[in-house]
Amino acid sequence: MRPETMRIVDDLRDQNILNLEHAKRNNKKIVGMYCAYSPKELILAAGALPVGLCGTKQEPIAEAEKVLPRNICPLIKSSFGFAITDTCPYFRLSDFVIAETTCDGKKKMFEMLKEYKPMHVLHLPQGTNRPGALKWWVDELYLLKKQLEENLGVEIGRESLREAIKMVNKERLAMRRLHELNQDNPAPLTGMDMLTALWMKSFNVDVDEGIELINQLVKEVEDIVRQGASPFRADTPRILLTGCPVGLGSEKVLRILEESGGSVVCLENCSGFKTVDTLVDEDEERDPIEAIAEKYLQIPCSCMSPNEGRFDLIGRMIDEYNVDGVVDLTWQACHTYNVEGEMLNRHVKEKWDLPYLHLETDYSTSDLQQLQTRIGAFIELLKRRKA
Amino acid sequence: MIAVGIDVGSMTTKAVLLNGQIWRSVVRPTGCSPRQSAREAFDELLLGTGLSAGEIGHITGTGYGRIALDFINDAVTEITCHARGAHYLVEGTDLVIDIGGQDSKVIKTDGQGNVIDFAMNDKCAAGTGRFLQVMASALGADISELSELSRGAEPVEISNMCTVFAESEVVSLLAQGVAKDSIIAGIHRSVARRVAAMAGRLGNGSKITFTGGVARNGGVKEFLARELRAEINVVTASQLAGALGAALLAREIAK
Repeated sequence: MRPETMRIVDDLRDQNILNLEHAKRNNKKIVGMYCAYSPKELILAAGALPVGLCGTKQEPIAEAEKVLPRNICPLIKSSFGFAITDTCPYFRLSDFVIAETTCDGKKKMFEMLKEYKPMHVLHLPQGTNRPGALKWWVDELYLLKKQLEENLGVEIGRESLREAIKMVNKERLAMRRLHELNQDNPAPLTGMDMLTALWMKSFNVDVDEGIELINQLVKEVEDIVRQGASPFRADTPRILLTGCPVGLGSEKVLRILEESGGSVVCLENCSGFKTVDTLVDEDEERDPIEAIAEKYLQIPCSCMSPNEGRFDLIGRMIDEYNVDGVVDLTWQACHTYNVEGEMLNRHVKEKWDLPYLHLETDYSTSDLQQLQTRIGAFIELLKRRKA
Repeated sequence: MIAVGIDVGSMTTKAVLLNGQIWRSVVRPTGCSPRQSAREAFDELLLGTGLSAGEIGHITGTGYGRIALDFINDAVTEITCHARGAHYLVEGTDLVIDIGGQDSKVIKTDGQGNVIDFAMNDKCAAGTGRFLQVMASALGADISELSELSRGAEPVEISNMCTVFAESEVVSLLAQGVAKDSIIAGIHRSVARRVAAMAGRLGNGSKITFTGGVARNGGVKEFLARELRAEINVVTASQLAGALGAALLAREIAK
């Protein structure tokens, strides 16, 4: 059974465009972000509205390829294409844009994107385990704070930061609770619906309203668990999806996994659970910027070297969600996730004795046939192991 | 119970009818209609057996065209089918190398015909039957002659994996006056290397069976053996492994 609330969630992306236009008319500032390392709290504390700009659709890629090399990842091309063709209302409405030096392709792309919008590029440390890493990142967030203040003509105070921290933590807790409901067997929510619900956090204009909607969804999903009305059977293979971010428009692998008879019970990627796993420390004695920096630096992205946090998180999720198999999605030419895939392959097989499937693809539909065969064979293998 | 497996590949359609230990088969080109060629293969399979379609207990479809079929009872991926079929043809097989028309796969099994792990080529024709076909036509030869034409020849280096660029490379080698047999041997080695790299990711097997249409090419087989430093099993019916596996699974499912 599909929760009724999902219908509201489905329409949210379009609804939010109207809300943003309305907010803009009321002189609200809008700040676009490209990645999970962007501290939403700073934007909220500046009295602005944060929106996600990560490109997840195929349409603008052809235009992007007139400027960018073809063999970089579709996420970069899609993000850039949306911006230069002015076809993404979220980009158009943004007054200021925050970007990060995550991977090489992205940081160079942002150098070109600067021509289109006022932008600040956060410099990430290369890893988290050096003594200077956190200090570096704290300094970077202070720099961002200054940039936001200058560009938006506001002052970001400690109180408003604390308020924003509490609000976003509350949102994380709601998302986490929703995600954790899928620990039940069979999972009450399809991976597609989970993705749609979690994806909302990048577009939602009113954070409080968004939390309320998620809580409403949680209640409904809890009812589904009580009634045993899951869309899956108890013997449906349970899959953990990890790797590059997946959004609406780039969900083909997730969709085929479920169409082929699997249940994607958890999304480890940065569009999924990864960012809601930890909270910002609310201790009022602490410098809020430092507390924010600490949380964001814990996000286990493959752009960090080493990236042990991802292996730990995947291990925990395999255990908590009773996972039967791990699917690792790499967008074509995403070198960091692609290389890390081989290490994850060994980790999943040796430590957890679970089947692992690595898929490298892009946003196009040209390889649906091959994906169906690969994914189909993987599900057949998982079913036989479960039987 | 009589079971049928139909493997609709990108280039050929294979059908196998299994009645106890006895089986018969049909191979025909797929052409542009997978559905029609599967239907024709099925009709041809029954021809002369005295059996009617209604007497077939279960039909399992596989291969890229499996989803287009409307007269089958269920569909299983060719990866699962080749693992099963290879074990039936060469008992104890624990690594299957399947090179078909549009893709190549390496399948690790438990030695009983069940898949443990697999690797498959990306969306590209490198290391497939199509690659060989394009090269054959650049050399003015038929794909079936390649093995014979290159027997004993020293392979020349073919560095391009991309089918289109490799074709230009072959044309330029011909222009330089490099002997045809060396070029063909080089092509065989390049296919074998591509597939051996996939096998390397899965770990070597102790009993390797080569299936799919390209298994009929002795040259590729020889280079696979060299690259993997292992014996490669090929049987006459290697091309039928997928359809045979489907028929075996059909029999199991119907039970």
